[in-house]
Amino acid sequence: MAQRNNKYDRQLRIWGDHGQAALEHASVCLLNCGPTGSEALKNLVLGGIGSFTIVDPSRVEAADLGNNFLVSWENLGQSKARSVCALLQELNESVGAKFVEESPEALLDSNPSFFASFTLVIATQMPEKALIKLDETCRQQRVMLLVARSYGLAGLVRICIQEHDVIESKPDNPVDDLRLHKPWPELKRFVDQFDIDAKDQLEHQHIPFAIILVKVAEEWKAAHGGRLPSGSKERAEFKAAVRARKQSDDEDNYKEALASAYKVWAPPTISSELHSVLDDSAVEIHSTSTDFWILVAALKMFMANDADGDLPLDGAIPDMHSYTDYYIRLQKVYQDRAEANVSAVEANVKSILRKIARDSLSISRSTIKQFCKNARNLRVLRYRTLADEFSPLAAFKIQRLLAVEESRELEQDVLRLKAICINLLNDIGVNGASISEDLISEFCRFGAAEIHCVASVIGGIASQEAIKILTRQFTPLSGTFIYNAIESTSSVLQL
Amino acid sequence: MEELQGRWHDLDRLLLRPGNLVGPGFEPCAELRDLLQNDCKVLVIGAGGLGCELLKDLALSGFGNIDVIDMDTIDVSNLNRQFLFRIHDVGKPKAQVAADRIMQRVKGVMVTAHFCRIEEKDVDFYRQFQIIMLGLDSLEARSYINSVVCSFLEYEPDGGLDYSTIKPMVDGGTEGFKGHARVILPGVTPCFQCTLWLFPPQITFPLCTLAETPRSPAHCIEYVHLIQWGQDRVGEKFDSDSPEHMKWIFEQAVKRATQFCISGVTYSLTQGVVKNIIPAIASTNAIVSAVCALEALKIATMCSKGMDNYMMYVGTQGVYTHTVSYEKDPNCIMCSPGVPIEVDCSCTLQECIDTLLNDQRFKAKLSRPSVSFQGTNLYMQAPPILEELTRPNLRLSLLSLMGGNPSGGVLNINDKKLHGVLRVRVSFSKEMDTT
Repeated sequence: MAQRNNKYDRQLRIWGDHGQAALEHASVCLLNCGPTGSEALKNLVLGGIGSFTIVDPSRVEAADLGNNFLVSWENLGQSKARSVCALLQELNESVGAKFVEESPEALLDSNPSFFASFTLVIATQMPEKALIKLDETCRQQRVMLLVARSYGLAGLVRICIQEHDVIESKPDNPVDDLRLHKPWPELKRFVDQFDIDAKDQLEHQHIPFAIILVKVAEEWKAAHGGRLPSGSKERAEFKAAVRARKQSDDEDNYKEALASAYKVWAPPTISSELHSVLDDSAVEIHSTSTDFWILVAALKMFMANDADGDLPLDGAIPDMHSYTDYYIRLQKVYQDRAEANVSAVEANVKSILRKIARDSLSISRSTIKQFCKNARNLRVLRYRTLADEFSPLAAFKIQRLLAVEESRELEQDVLRLKAICINLLNDIGVNGASISEDLISEFCRFGAAEIHCVASVIGGIASQEAIKILTRQFTPLSGTFIYNAIESTSSVLQL
Repeated sequence: MEELQGRWHDLDRLLLRPGNLVGPGFEPCAELRDLLQNDCKVLVIGAGGLGCELLKDLALSGFGNIDVIDMDTIDVSNLNRQFLFRIHDVGKPKAQVAADRIMQRVKGVMVTAHFCRIEEKDVDFYRQFQIIMLGLDSLEARSYINSVVCSFLEYEPDGGLDYSTIKPMVDGGTEGFKGHARVILPGVTPCFQCTLWLFPPQITFPLCTLAETPRSPAHCIEYVHLIQWGQDRVGEKFDSDSPEHMKWIFEQAVKRATQFCISGVTYSLTQGVVKNIIPAIASTNAIVSAVCALEALKIATMCSKGMDNYMMYVGTQGVYTHTVSYEKDPNCIMCSPGVPIEVDCSCTLQECIDTLLNDQRFKAKLSRPSVSFQGTNLYMQAPPILEELTRPNLRLSLLSLMGGNPSGGVLNINDKKLHGVLRVRVSFSKEMDTT
């Protein structure tokens, strides 16, 4: 156990024990184990997924030895799936490993229920027609699907899930939730115990900046009919009012107060994304509603009834230059308030559960607490079906053209591809003639090659997205990721 | 070893077929594969998270001669991403195990391991490579390599760059879900020194916070680590790899936190704070390394357009990349031509300093200059101990102090009167001073 923790130490620091547990419960199916698929699976195996099954009918050929690290020379002529499976097992013995020597398309036709036992299917280097069918099958069986393709110096990754809810989206720049503009009674009472005009120099420079700002904000509101500073003139005046309370030049707490003064008039808001979640039709709770939506409904009730439109308090505060004792006590005031908010939301959760005849203890307080702490950053992602996305005719033609790699006249290929592209673009209302000839030639030049480095990037991105959707942490891609290895750029597009 | 027919089938699409979106002077031909296999020597610095991936990616991009250098041994915590290592490899040198495993799996590639610090290799070691790949985790190491590679640059008297002296570097870095890849062509694109501002400053806590008013578990830990250790364990050098030392820090930190009513000190946090642990996963390393290795392939063969010149990667919220063309600093102390001066071959360091002080261009800017060359202090005006130590150099020949290279080199001049460093390009006149 200690060794497992040591082995995973560097990633546990990112997604925690609960994230790791989610990975270890996951069973992943890889379709086609060329370099793209093998690299994706390699990263997941290293990360400690529960088990994997590779589906691939092919044998190891010479070309595989030039671009796939997970096959070895001893396996030439043998099953590629078997070879990759064995070498992956070496990377992490805790991961269950299986393989099926069959073509994914054939399996999809003959035994679609095969896929039902997996948490996630990763489909690599597959043609669109089969992907459309796979997407339908996976959605029916509530299995998540990730599509990845590398083609010469280009590639794409696309997630296919009916709905994916994220509580712990962990934004890169979290905002402080200090409520300086709207102190609740206990915070006001705590702040009243302090005199920011105290003559004792040491005392004066060790009062936490939050207390300073709440006091000055209250004074401001009293003198301005309850309003907060608005407009640049008033805001400058407010900062001057803070500055006027300084008693010497190098008081760090006052430096912090001035740097954070804007938080008084610009507290964290409720994003349009969160509004969409709160107004989603799934907030209408019925007997089959998931825990996530029950929590959202409870949150919505809380905001309307208990909190005047506010979210539950986060409870954490940033470090502030201060005496230890003042800081710890201030921290407790915030933590207590956050706990009280959690209790209010919990009461709502229980009442909703009772209404739909579910055990009122079936959603734990710790789950509710985590939900409240992350409420500001909830994410709901829904992915269009591939059937809806792919324009049928032109796309199949491109697929056929690009998939075949016999050595033909490159120039002829270029002309054919160009014609198809122009038609496709014109169909969707874009000026077809504007497409670059150089780019079209380049794609024909690639000849459906799987270049190891490009496969490694695409496989890397696919594995990263897989981790996000399995751990339910961080925000997965919202659209199709497209990688341009010529220019070393990328885009995420809603196609 | 006879090459297996069709092995490089996919790579050949890029090497044998003409294209329009390619690098300058691209000539598709079979010789390109030979060049990668036999003539191009690549150095991979670091055999860790990035290094392992780089070795794989380069080997499967056709490179046949790779050297790898790393001073570390394998640790259990490496195994979640450094896939060339197994549990029974723990304790062995990373460079050696990585080299062996790559050669085992990719037949025909020659990987030479160097188990040592990068500073232990002399400048000529680095000179032998066509491309240098960096899989490092510190600014200091990058700066060191940067100064070495930039010292290879030779400029014509008119300030024009001798392109044959450019040694390309491809640098990658990762942290959790984030990372970057960049191509450095010293003298053309910005070097590390040019873009030092890209590296955010390290967070340090004020002393008074640690000593008098701690508020967070990290404050308690750092106090014990930086202050209490020196007081309680006099004379013992703290070793973060020693489990006993770490345990002591943890237990003392818990005591201190309890004293101040601070919660949250855990062993994991203690390790994180003291060792400055950076969270790391396989996927980000795989992505960044592959981007870097692809750039190396492009540099060596021109088979596609090169990255211009810095790509940042963020994988936490969706996937976001941004590729930007940074510009070099024309006055960079590492890669710019520097202000030219010419001295005799027999000139001593003292005489050189005198020349500078008498030169119209520098007179007003210098009072008591200190001189360094490629990271080595030749003469330091302060502190007194260094002055005494370096004083004998004043009498030595400048040519010998600069490595005996008759084409000269660049000196870095520091002076109280200067805002930054003055970069001076010394060239030695052919005639010996006969007086």
